[in-house]
Amino acid sequence: MNKPVENNILEVRDLEVKFFSDEGTVNAANGVNFKVPAGKSIGIVGESGCGKTVTAYSVLQLLPSTGKITNGTIKYQANDGNVIDLTNLKSESRAMRRIRGGEISMIFQEPMTSFSPVHTICNQISEAIMLHQHLSKQKARLRAIEMLELVGIPNAKRRVDEYPFQFSGGMRQRAMIAMALACNPKILIADEPTTALDVTTQAQVLKLIQGIQDELNLSMILITHDLGVIAQMVDHVYIMYLGKVVESGSVYDIFDRAKHPYTRDLIQSIPKLHGARGERVTSIAGTVPSTYKLPKGCAFHARCSDMFGNICRTETPLPIEVGSDHYVSCFLHSREEGKNNARDAR
Amino acid sequence: MLRFIIERLLTMIPILIVISIISFAIIQLPPGDYLTTYIIQLEASGDSVSQSEIEGLKQRYGLGQPMHVQYFKWISGVVVGDFGYSFEWNQPVNTLIWERLGLTLVVSISSLLLTWIVAFPIGVYSAVRQHSPGDYIATFVGFLGLSIPNFMLALILMYGGYRLFGMSIGGLFSPEFVDASWSWAKFVNMLSHLWIPMVVVGTAGTAGMIRIMRNNLLDELGKQYVVTARAKGLSTVKLIFKYPLRLALIPFVSTVGWLLPQLISGSAVVSVVLNLPTAGPLLLRALLGQDMYLAGSFTFLLATLTVIGTFISDLLLAAVDPRITYD
Ligand SMILES: Nc1ncnc2c1ncn2[C@@H]1O[C@H](COP(=O)(O)OP(=O)(O)OP(=O)(O)O)[C@@H](O)[C@H]1O
Ligand SMILES: [Mg+2]
Repeated sequence: MNKPVENNILEVRDLEVKFFSDEGTVNAANGVNFKVPAGKSIGIVGESGCGKTVTAYSVLQLLPSTGKITNGTIKYQANDGNVIDLTNLKSESRAMRRIRGGEISMIFQEPMTSFSPVHTICNQISEAIMLHQHLSKQKARLRAIEMLELVGIPNAKRRVDEYPFQFSGGMRQRAMIAMALACNPKILIADEPTTALDVTTQAQVLKLIQGIQDELNLSMILITHDLGVIAQMVDHVYIMYLGKVVESGSVYDIFDRAKHPYTRDLIQSIPKLHGARGERVTSIAGTVPSTYKLPKGCAFHARCSDMFGNICRTETPLPIEVGSDHYVSCFLHSREEGKNNARDAR
Repeated sequence: MLRFIIERLLTMIPILIVISIISFAIIQLPPGDYLTTYIIQLEASGDSVSQSEIEGLKQRYGLGQPMHVQYFKWISGVVVGDFGYSFEWNQPVNTLIWERLGLTLVVSISSLLLTWIVAFPIGVYSAVRQHSPGDYIATFVGFLGLSIPNFMLALILMYGGYRLFGMSIGGLFSPEFVDASWSWAKFVNMLSHLWIPMVVVGTAGTAGMIRIMRNNLLDELGKQYVVTARAKGLSTVKLIFKYPLRLALIPFVSTVGWLLPQLISGSAVVSVVLNLPTAGPLLLRALLGQDMYLAGSFTFLLATLTVIGTFISDLLLAAVDPRITYD
């Protein structure tokens, strides 16, 4: 356990991110822990505002100037085998920029706005290729076409010279994937890659990502607020709530043996395709508390249907291993008190 | 693209016709005309005017005839490049205006260039280093520049120049060149005088431009595509020049067209104060004296410049923004 990186290509520990502004301090991430085994894919799931994007941006040091990583480590096993703590790199340093787009790349939430509207797709894709692989303009262009073909853009030779506004949402997201993969990165971070797309396109794009991940043996972090998306896509799932991982485990652990009340609520709220007609999708009661002032105790206690006592309000639950590589931060399951508490609660 | 240009050029024709009618009508609005003013002046000074002379003048210019007849007399001359005759100067309008219009363009365009050269880097700096001391200084100086009236700045510079260097800052030429014909020496002489009006006319524009540049760029810097570009590993400088700056320029380009008339009319007061041989003062005098062909032609030419300016900025806009289609 002491060795920080076993065969993990990325390991994030106790990540804390805060935004400082005149209105106050936003606690966007409050101790995020996760690891990405080489060649595997993990999912990060949570409601809007729980800090998923902030976590992803932290890995690539893309936070705006008001956002600071105030604690934690992000250990990355670089191409040369060395383990680097990315939090030690300056955001605009050469070393960080080489990793960005070259070794770790990212697909963004908003395909409509993620491209510059006045540069051609070719220009924007080959730029990264020329930068990281030092190819000539012509070669980079060929590579861009090749990538567009890989992601299933018809007529790639012609369309490569078009502008983003000539692409539909789904095609833009495909182009975004092509751009992210053009430099053979080792890790792909996909931040809600399909949220902005319609259901059919969503399925196609997810299938594409999955296929490519398999084929290229990529390590992947798939971020989503939709647990339903994740089941077929990843090996390991991290459930986030208010800037923290509250439960993590294999897909089976999460779907069949979820321990945290929040995870269970999330699973409840997946719309069931074959559910009885008219069945309502249950959404989780209450709203996410403000990130300006974190609640005391367990962050979820105000919305939790299983809250059982004062301890939930006053103390912060630590992760407990409840199965092999299945962790949950909830007093219902804490070894000593948890069992008694749970019994008391009934 | 070619079709787009031709179409735009064709639409300019009706616009220009309307403008010419309006300019002519406005000049005719005040009661009386130059001739009545002229006759009163002559009589007041004791000269007598022969009836035949008056009739001759009336005949020649169609004065006293219905307005549309006068308009057609004037416009049919304009079409072949004859802008009529200035009563006050007793010279064809053509000999009066072209040099002044040219000098106006020189002053305006050089102020515009100065504005851009100064405002661009400062605006970019202010946006990229938002809330830095440099940004605050630029903002402060900018507001100062915006709030000092042009003529005031002109007076201050003239006074300062006189007190400190004992030189009179006015006009665009040294006395020996004023009436000289164009030569290299005269051109150089003009350049040495040009900086004062450039500074005076350009100051307010620079201040405004810094704000616009800063705000446009700040808008763009917050956009998602900037994060995408950073995520590719581009260096900050390269990134800013390639993406947000390019997009921040688009609203700029689209306003180039109306900067021109703004500069010309904005420089009129300054031209009077600084005694510049540009269009402003002459136009003002022509309007006051109802020197209708001179005033009408001036108004018409300035309006034409505006239309051309808009046309140019449309072309530029189409060139920098691929989202603009030509049909
Ligand atoms: N630039 C910023 N300035 C201040 N606060 C921010 C900024 N960016 C994000 N936050 C805050 O950080 C918290 C986490 O935001 P984040 O974007 O990571 O959420 P998310 O999980 O990605 O949500 P979504 O599903 O909506 O994308 C939110 O409370 C958000 O308001
Ligand atoms: Mg997000």
